[in-house]
Amino acid sequence: MGDFLLVTIQVDLYDQLAENLESDLINTINKNNSKGVLIDISAVSIIDSFMGRILGNIAVMSKIMDAQTVVVGMQPAVAITLVELGLSLNGVISALNVEKGMDLLRAKMYNGDNEEQTYDDSNQ
Amino acid sequence: MTTATSKEELLIVKEQDVVPLRNRVKEYGVKIGMSILNQTKLITATSELVRNLLKYGGGGKVIIESVSNGRDQGVRVTFIDNGPGIKDISLAMKDGYSTGKSLGLGLPGTKRLVNEFDIQTELGNGTTVTIIKWKNG
Repeated sequence: MGDFLLVTIQVDLYDQLAENLESDLINTINKNNSKGVLIDISAVSIIDSFMGRILGNIAVMSKIMDAQTVVVGMQPAVAITLVELGLSLNGVISALNVEKGMDLLRAKMYNGDNEEQTYDDSNQ
Repeated sequence: MTTATSKEELLIVKEQDVVPLRNRVKEYGVKIGMSILNQTKLITATSELVRNLLKYGGGGKVIIESVSNGRDQGVRVTFIDNGPGIKDISLAMKDGYSTGKSLGLGLPGTKRLVNEFDIQTELGNGTTVTIIKWKNG
């Protein structure tokens, strides 16, 4: 089917919630045979190293489950802070908003270019 | 000379205390008209340090203050734990170093996000980290 999961994070997560999100998401990918995951973080006002690691984990885990993850809607202040903190979110593909993220997932799905990534997925 | 105008103290003993603390720090930033970007940096730094306080210090207390140095206003946050202390502070301040399983971005990364960063630690006597983010810093 090539179904997509849309996950909207509405609140600032504390650690346990973020870990729950990680495992729930991977289970849901498995259950629904999802081929793509869109994570909307436009309501998230901070991403610290823990939350960054969770996003990275989700991207890597979903890839192993044969699904693509795209993170959308990162606030500019969050992006600047992440880089200064030293977190580059390697392996996480992002798009400006949900619409562009969906386009990106569809393109990846139907062009079958899953092997051809634009990001550096070597050592993280 | 940095002077404090308002001050409050929060006990941090569990993970669920982190989000309310971040919200209080944000309120202090909003009150002095800090930009969204500086607020985000301050709250992210707070989040990193409070995580250390819980993970390595076994919890502790956090003091949030509005401060002024005559030219600028800012928010000072002090993290005090009674944990084991840090053995080698210069090593702990190095990018990529971690004794835990984290990425090792904590202390050096946090220092980059704020304007003033001070750490006092003594083996067996805990660690105190103080940060200041100036409104126009």
